[in-house]
Amino acid sequence: MNTTRSRPAGFAKWIVTLPPTLFLLAFFLLPALIVVLAGFRETGEFGGLAPVDSVAALSLDAWRFLLGDVIYLEIFLRSFFVAALTTLICIVLAYPLAWLIARSPKQRRDFLVLLVILPFASNFLVRIYAWIMLLGPAGLLYTPFAVIVGMVYAHLPFMVLPLYTNLEKHDPALLEAAQDLGANAWTRFWRVTFPLSLPGIFSGSALVFIPVLGMFAVPELLGGTGDILIGNLIKEQFLENRDWPLGSALSIMLTACVLALAGLAAWAAKRGLHGTEAVT
Amino acid sequence: MALLEIRNVTRRFGALEAVKDVSLAIEAGEFFTLLGPSGCGKTTILRMIAGFDEPGEGEILLDGKSLAGVPPEKRPLHTVFQSYALFPHMTVAGNIAFPLEMAGKSALEIRRRVGETLALVHLEDKAASFPHELSGGQKQRVALARGLVNQPRLLLLDEPLGALDAKLRVEMQIELIALQREVGITFVFVTHSQQEALALSHRIAVMRGGRVEQCDEPDQLYTQPANRFVADFVGKINLIEVAVTASSKVLLGLHASGLGEIAATDPRPLAVGEKGAFALRPELIRVHGHKESADLKNRFQGRVRELLYLGDVTLYKVELANGAVIEALMPNAAPGRAKFHEVGDAVWVCWRHDAGVFLRN
Repeated sequence: MNTTRSRPAGFAKWIVTLPPTLFLLAFFLLPALIVVLAGFRETGEFGGLAPVDSVAALSLDAWRFLLGDVIYLEIFLRSFFVAALTTLICIVLAYPLAWLIARSPKQRRDFLVLLVILPFASNFLVRIYAWIMLLGPAGLLYTPFAVIVGMVYAHLPFMVLPLYTNLEKHDPALLEAAQDLGANAWTRFWRVTFPLSLPGIFSGSALVFIPVLGMFAVPELLGGTGDILIGNLIKEQFLENRDWPLGSALSIMLTACVLALAGLAAWAAKRGLHGTEAVT
Repeated sequence: MALLEIRNVTRRFGALEAVKDVSLAIEAGEFFTLLGPSGCGKTTILRMIAGFDEPGEGEILLDGKSLAGVPPEKRPLHTVFQSYALFPHMTVAGNIAFPLEMAGKSALEIRRRVGETLALVHLEDKAASFPHELSGGQKQRVALARGLVNQPRLLLLDEPLGALDAKLRVEMQIELIALQREVGITFVFVTHSQQEALALSHRIAVMRGGRVEQCDEPDQLYTQPANRFVADFVGKINLIEVAVTASSKVLLGLHASGLGEIAATDPRPLAVGEKGAFALRPELIRVHGHKESADLKNRFQGRVRELLYLGDVTLYKVELANGAVIEALMPNAAPGRAKFHEVGDAVWVCWRHDAGVFLRN
C-alpha cells in the first residue's frame, strides 16, 4: 500500500518540479556559467568579448587588472560599508514599526502592512526622482548622505515585512512569564523579544544587504562622482567601457562575496539561533 | 495572619462581572485550589494575584501588605502557565536560571540552585536540552522548576496539567503533591477538573459566575456540599426534589412526591414544609434483589434501566416509582453480592439515613 502510493507521488514530484528546474537551468545557471567564462576571456577589438577561435581564448588579464588597481578594492569596501550601514539603519527604523504593527489589533494589521508596501505601487525611478526634488533644495543631493537615504528608503519594506512576520508570531505568554519571573520591560525586550526576533532580523538583513550591494540606480541618481558602488562599476564595464571580461570578473567577485556572507550567516544562525525557530 | 488575603475583590470587564465580591484567605504552606467551570472567574483571580490584572474593588494582601500598584515583576510570587511559556531560545538550565538572574544572584549560587532544582524535578540529564526537545511531561516539570527555583512566597499554577494526557496527568498529580510537601511553598492552583482538585488540594474554593460557592477541605466539599451547584459539580450525585416533613435535633424527615418518606440527618433547625433537594452520592446507595434483606431505613422499589459494568464497580441506573432515575455505584468486590442485576430487574435501592444531604433552595 505504501509503495504503490509513494511511487506516483515521486513521479508527480518530478513532473511538478521539472519546469521550474529547466527554467532555472536555462536562464540562471547557464548565463551564470557564461559570465564565469567571460571573466577569463579577452576583450574583443571593438569591446565585448574576443572571438572564441582567437589564440588566447582564455586569459587572466581581467583579474590582473582588477587586483592590480587599489580603486577596485576601495569600491568593494565602500559598497560593503554602504550595504552594512543601510541594513543597520533599516533594522533600527523597521524594528519599532514592525513591533507596533504586530502589537496593533488584529483587524488593523493587514491595513498597516498594506501601507508599508504601498510605495511599491508606484515606479521605483519615480520615487527616486521624488528624492531628487526633496534633497536638491536642501543641498544634500549628490552626497553620500543622499545615497544612504535613497538606499534605506528603497529597502525599508524588505526589513519591515520579515520582522513583522516574526514578531507577530511571538507568544505573549512568554513576555508575561518573563515579567512574572522578575524581568522589567528593558530586560524583557533584550532577553526574550530580541533574541526570538533574530531570525526575522537575519532574513530582513539578507533581503536588504544583498540588493543594496548590487544597486546602481540609487548611487547614479542621488550620489556624487565619488559615490559609485560595485553595481555602477559593473554596469559601466558592460554598457560604457564594453570591457566584458572585467565586468564579468567583478560580477564573479561580488557573487562570491555574497555567497560567502550567506554561508557565514547560515552557519551563525545555526549556532546562535537555537530554539528560536520554535517561536510559535 | 493568612499569607495571602483576598478582600471583597470585584473585577468587571465592561458589563461583565468576572469576579464578584470574592474574599479568601490562603495560609502559608497550603495547597489551595480554585475550582470551577470555564468563565467562572478563577483565572481572573489568579491574574490579579500575579499582578497582570488589578481588582476594580477590594484588595489583595500578601503578608498583610496590599499588592495594589505592585507590578508583576516586583511580586514575590511566580506563575506556572497553562502553556508552560518556556523560553524556546534558552536551554532547560537557562530557563530555570532566569528568575535567579533577575533576582541578581551570583553565578555560583545560580549554578548550585539550578542543579538542586533540576534534581528535584528529576531532569538532571536535560539541563542542556531546549524546550522543543522535551516531552509534555518534561516541559511541565521545567515550568515547575522555573517557578520554584527562586523560592517564591507563593506559586500560582494555571491549569498546569491541562495539556497532558490522562495517564501522565495522574503521574504529575502525584509528583505535584510530593513536590509541594518537599518544598513547603504555598500553591494556588486553578483547575476545572474536580477530580484534580480533590486529589491535590488541602482546601478548595468552588467558583461559579464570579462568586465563591463554597470553600472547604476536599472531603467536606464532597460529603457536605453547600448547594446544588457544588453537589453537582464535585463528583457524581443524585438530586431528589423533596420537602421537609419533620426536623428534630439531628433527624430530618423528608417527603419526595411520588416516592414517599426519606429519613435523613441535618443538624440545622429546618422549617417543616421547606423545599429543597436531597443529594445522595451513587456509591452510598445499595441495590438489592427482592429476596435479599437490607436493614436500611430508606428502601425504595425500582427497576434497572441501564447498567454500566466498569470492572471494579458497576453503575446502575434505576427508575423509581415516581419516574425519577437514580444512579447507584456498587463495588463488585462487595461481600454479599450474590448476583448481578440485569436490565429490567425489579430491585430495591437502599441507603443509610445519614447518607445524603439536604440542600435548601
